Amino acid sequence: MNIAAVRSDFPILSREVSGKPLVYLDNGATTQKPCAVIDKISRFFEYENSNIHRGVHYLSMDATDQYDRARLRLAEMIHAPDTNEVIFVRGTTEAINLVANSYGERLQEGDEILLTLMEHHANIVPWQMLAERKGLVIRVAGITETGELDLDDFTAKLSEKTKIAAFTQVSNALGTINPVKELTRLAKEKGAMVLVDGAQAVPHLQVDVQDIGCDFYAFSSHKMFGPDGVGVLWGKQEWLNSMPPYQGGGDMIEQVSFAGTTYRGIPERFEAGTPNISGAIGLGAAVDYLNQIGHAEIERYEKELLDYATAAMSEIEGLNIHGRAENKVGVISFTLDGIHPHDIGTILDTEGVAIRAGHHCAQPLMDHLKISGTARASFAFYNTQEEADTLVAAIRKVQKMFA
Amino acid sequence: MDDLSDLYQDIILSHNKHPHNEGDLDPHTGVAEGFNPLCGDRLKVYLRQAEQGKGNVEAVTFTGEGCAISKASASIMTSAVKGLSADEIEAKVEEVVALLTAQDEPEIDLMTMGDLAALAGVRKFPARIKCATLAWHALLAALKDESAVSTEADG
Repeated sequence: MNIAAVRSDFPILSREVSGKPLVYLDNGATTQKPCAVIDKISRFFEYENSNIHRGVHYLSMDATDQYDRARLRLAEMIHAPDTNEVIFVRGTTEAINLVANSYGERLQEGDEILLTLMEHHANIVPWQMLAERKGLVIRVAGITETGELDLDDFTAKLSEKTKIAAFTQVSNALGTINPVKELTRLAKEKGAMVLVDGAQAVPHLQVDVQDIGCDFYAFSSHKMFGPDGVGVLWGKQEWLNSMPPYQGGGDMIEQVSFAGTTYRGIPERFEAGTPNISGAIGLGAAVDYLNQIGHAEIERYEKELLDYATAAMSEIEGLNIHGRAENKVGVISFTLDGIHPHDIGTILDTEGVAIRAGHHCAQPLMDHLKISGTARASFAFYNTQEEADTLVAAIRKVQKMFA
Repeated sequence: MDDLSDLYQDIILSHNKHPHNEGDLDPHTGVAEGFNPLCGDRLKVYLRQAEQGKGNVEAVTFTGEGCAISKASASIMTSAVKGLSADEIEAKVEEVVALLTAQDEPEIDLMTMGDLAALAGVRKFPARIKCATLAWHALLAALKDESAVSTEADG
């Protein structure tokens, strides 16, 4: 991978913040966009914009064609057996809400949902809302000292009552990569439906939903170098076909009359209203871009970068890294003795270093770690070892100010 | 001074390290927890009047988890409002909020404002203004013994 060439694909990386070169290490929150994506969206609005699935005119047919091709790209990316199993949604949050509301209808009072302690609020709250509505029980699998999922606890909390197991592939707050294939197998043994939150996995890892064996897989475009406001729910068609629509409206119907309405098949039945057309097309361009670089190359480069940054940060006295799993993506969550994460974030910002400070929408995890939050540096394949050095120097400046 | 050293003035850093009036207050006539859901910070403010809602404030303390700005602001507050009536406290909170959100460089009378003046540096860091106001909103709620207040309530 030619890092200089890669960086020049992302125009924002050459700007300055606070008079210093931007060091963007908040990729866990959202990633930057390459020209390939920006230009694709610009071109769409400048030259190709139209609604899909309705016009008989050229532009509408072209837009429909591009939207469908984006769906195909996404299906290929995650190795979906059928393109129609890819539903475009607003993002991971909507994807999980869709499953909780639609698939969740079949659950009965007393049924159990198994989550883990390292879930993002997006993979907690929709299930809590469902549980409250239907009188379900939510169980939570714990984690180990190093921030890995406690497999024994996960297994112990599974039973015939477990109807849904929902867990993240990669922890946004700790960087831990969960053994999703193994977790899926365990949950399936008990007959549970499995949803995997892939939001933090898709920018870093090669994903194969058939290999994982899960029933649903959810992710967001904006965390994988595409535009915001769009994402994907992949689901096995046997489920999707048997689920009631999540929202009603145009595009998802076959025939509407006041006597009754019939719905279309998948994917349209779950895409009511005009979708985020430019977003989906932009996301398709992001997939093309990632394929050009190559997932294997991205994984190799990021592992090296993570090891380098972890080693450099471990040398700082008074710095604690939260999450030391053996399998991690480029996320380093840390605290400094006696210094609040927000103060770290503000001071780093004046050095041009953008990180996230706070609870990372994972308050149950923070409560477990007995901290109010962490500072989190999250890397992407366009970050460099020099940027890790800048981060380390900026952290030392924070410590000096608070000495 | 640059903006950053305006924010983290020695007074702020010193209050952060050695906060004044940190701890529970027993007995108290009012208590409220200020919560900032954006960062998860919580500060509890205790106060004592002759009886709930009556008389000048005899003592104010705080407990909780927070950044240097919210902690220093709480510490400075506990000293600044001691002995004031409820009306005077409301006026003081307004004054502090105005200082923190001023568009232009505020005029500060160091004689009357004391350590409060050190909070003026926050206004150049919009992302941190709620850290500084957290304790003050909790104080107003504690006066009414309202138990909890959020920085994200009614905008």
